[in-house]
Amino acid sequence: MYDAMFYRPQGLLDQLSTLHQVLTRSLAADGAPDAIRSVAAGAYPGINVGRTASSLEVYAFAPGLDAASIDVTVERGVLKIAGERQASRPGQDTRIQAYAAERPQGRFSRAISLPDDVDTAKVQARYRDGVLHVSISLQETAQPQRIQVQ
Amino acid sequence: MTKTDLATTERGRTEPSSDATGRKPASTTAATAPAVDIFEDAGGITLLADMPGVARESLDVRLDGDSLAIEGEVSLPTSEGMRAIWAEVNVPRYRRTFTLSRELDASRIEANLKDGVLSLRIPKQAHAQPRRISVQAG
Repeated sequence: MYDAMFYRPQGLLDQLSTLHQVLTRSLAADGAPDAIRSVAAGAYPGINVGRTASSLEVYAFAPGLDAASIDVTVERGVLKIAGERQASRPGQDTRIQAYAAERPQGRFSRAISLPDDVDTAKVQARYRDGVLHVSISLQETAQPQRIQVQ
Repeated sequence: MTKTDLATTERGRTEPSSDATGRKPASTTAATAPAVDIFEDAGGITLLADMPGVARESLDVRLDGDSLAIEGEVSLPTSEGMRAIWAEVNVPRYRRTFTLSRELDASRIEANLKDGVLSLRIPKQAHAQPRRISVQAG
């Protein structure tokens, strides 16, 4: 009766993306080397990294966490983001029926190796709308500076 | 935490032209389907959807007949002159549509958005609530 609630039409793009994943894996032996800490596509949380003239900006798409429980550490040039997502199932009531359980849960941890020119003493982290935003300043010597011409 | 009264959304919106099947043509902007959890208990259905980066203002929960659409746009605090050097999330929009069944009361849907998780509660119609039928002996 509830088929429609969890039936997800397999569009062309879904099939292409599956094909892409399979091909990527089968060609990996001949392709560019993997980063040592790389994870499978679609791992939780997804991470985007941007760079400005004065900072490195890391965004971790980690919805549904308690800000105080997120562990952000920088150690020996590696930024590590760890935490735990509580199970969403409301209680252990056996009369509750689950139709879809796609959202990842449990402990997670991701690590990013930082470039050499960051200043690990100047790190700021904020959690908003389910996105953890870590901003790391670049070392002063790495920032662009204008040279006065004598 | 935000609460959206879906009943007003349902009535107050004038929809663009429908095609022959009565369904709106799908929006053409690229979007990813958010991961969801769906639970049913005696009183109704609870739907949780991961939509990180979506603020309350850019969330859209639409009801069109028996079709429930959730859509949201990702907005990140960006700095000036930023260029991306790594992107695992590269489509800044989530969209997913569900078909509701008739015993659900679409006019009483409640929506909450907290820390990038959208939670919808879709109650069942009063007459669809479970009722125990006693079996007569004899």
